[in-house]
Amino acid sequence: MKKRSNDSPFQYTLFLGCTVPVRALNYEISARKVAERLGLQLFDTPDFSCCGYPIKSVHRYAYLLMAARNLALANKNGFPLCTLCSACCGALTEANHEIQEDERLRRQINKDLFEWLGLRYEGGTEVTHLIRILYQAIGRGKISVQVRADLSSLRVAPHYGCHYTKPSTIYNKIEDPENPKSLDELIEATGAQSISYEDKLQCCGGGVLAIDEQVALAMANRKLDHLQKQQADAMVLLCPFCNVMYEGNQRKIEKIYQTEYKLPVLYYPQLLGLALGIEPEELGMKMNRVRTTELVKKINRRTN
Amino acid sequence: MIDSKTLDPSFKFLIASEPGGENIKKCFSCGTCTAGCPVREVTDLYNPRRIIRMAVLGLKEEVLSSLFIWLCSSCYTCFERCPQNVKIPELVNAIKNIAVREGYLPPPMRAQLDLLSSHGRLLEITDFENQKRKDSNLPLIQWDIEDVKKIFEKLGFHHEEKI
Repeated sequence: MKKRSNDSPFQYTLFLGCTVPVRALNYEISARKVAERLGLQLFDTPDFSCCGYPIKSVHRYAYLLMAARNLALANKNGFPLCTLCSACCGALTEANHEIQEDERLRRQINKDLFEWLGLRYEGGTEVTHLIRILYQAIGRGKISVQVRADLSSLRVAPHYGCHYTKPSTIYNKIEDPENPKSLDELIEATGAQSISYEDKLQCCGGGVLAIDEQVALAMANRKLDHLQKQQADAMVLLCPFCNVMYEGNQRKIEKIYQTEYKLPVLYYPQLLGLALGIEPEELGMKMNRVRTTELVKKINRRTN
Repeated sequence: MIDSKTLDPSFKFLIASEPGGENIKKCFSCGTCTAGCPVREVTDLYNPRRIIRMAVLGLKEEVLSSLFIWLCSSCYTCFERCPQNVKIPELVNAIKNIAVREGYLPPPMRAQLDLLSSHGRLLEITDFENQKRKDSNLPLIQWDIEDVKKIFEKLGFHHEEKI
């Protein structure tokens, strides 16, 4: 596949991973919708598997092989990979980094990939995240001029999560992990207020959910509690697993800690879509577990 | 109380030879990792400085058999802040890989391994999921990825057997 001159200059292969296509359809729907609106072309490849991340703690080499296979398939198409899940983004970026830096590993992986699957991967596939594309390739300016609704009354809490910026060494220090700005600035580009709050950069706890649910829920609860104190209208995030913790488990957390948050949790493309004047139904808002009706009411539609 | 006769001084070298564990001997126990750890913030079951200290001392069985190594959430906060570049999440990952080889695989991880080795994905995709995708105008998704099954077979994983 070669870029054609009349095609969009922004072409990517979409990497969905495991969670998004099954449990976060609202993320996928809104991502595709805003991509279309902003002239971002996303291509689908049916044979991608899990990125490999979940197996890393059990067998690191199996993880690297799974990641390398996905990277090899992506390389055939020639477009950079656009991930939606931060764990996929981190795992594929790390594997890419390792394969490109470590010659011995690269040789071993290629030997196995070729003998077992007839594939080769010497490096070269660029891995990125949808939010990074919106921030860097599309840019806030291009987003701002297309805003059609008034979101200025919304107090939105950005949640960066971990694997979107860390470890900074594999991302070539693209963003300061102790003081990231991309999501704040993308929220501001929609016209909404990006608020500051305690433990803003804290982990959601998703990484330990399978091992110790109570610990994971305690981690997520801290942030929900801080956000309630800040009277946030919504949390905005960019990873389906962070969403499992803050939205999927919000009711459970409310029960355990005998409290009530009812905090809407939106994927960034949903917030962006609302700003671009796209109907909530077209952004999968009905699939949000915590009701977003009040939030949507606060948005003033412009007639122009 | 630690009985020095039960210590295995070679444990730190075993970890150092495992990918990700190379920098264990650089740790000078400053505790920056534990001070900023979001898991430690809600439970004292997990303490990265303690795990590294135990490993360096040679408390091999205690470290490998304990569930605490599985409580690292891989948030990489300590990775960014460690003054000695110990790469703690990678180090803990190396210890987990060794623990699995020694027979300590927690049941939830066993379940994930089974799903990945038999299907190549973590979440099942039945006709129900694909119908939902179709109704939302999304492309259909494949459940079984044969290539991944092959990778696991070649690496010697069989989902009904112990590794």
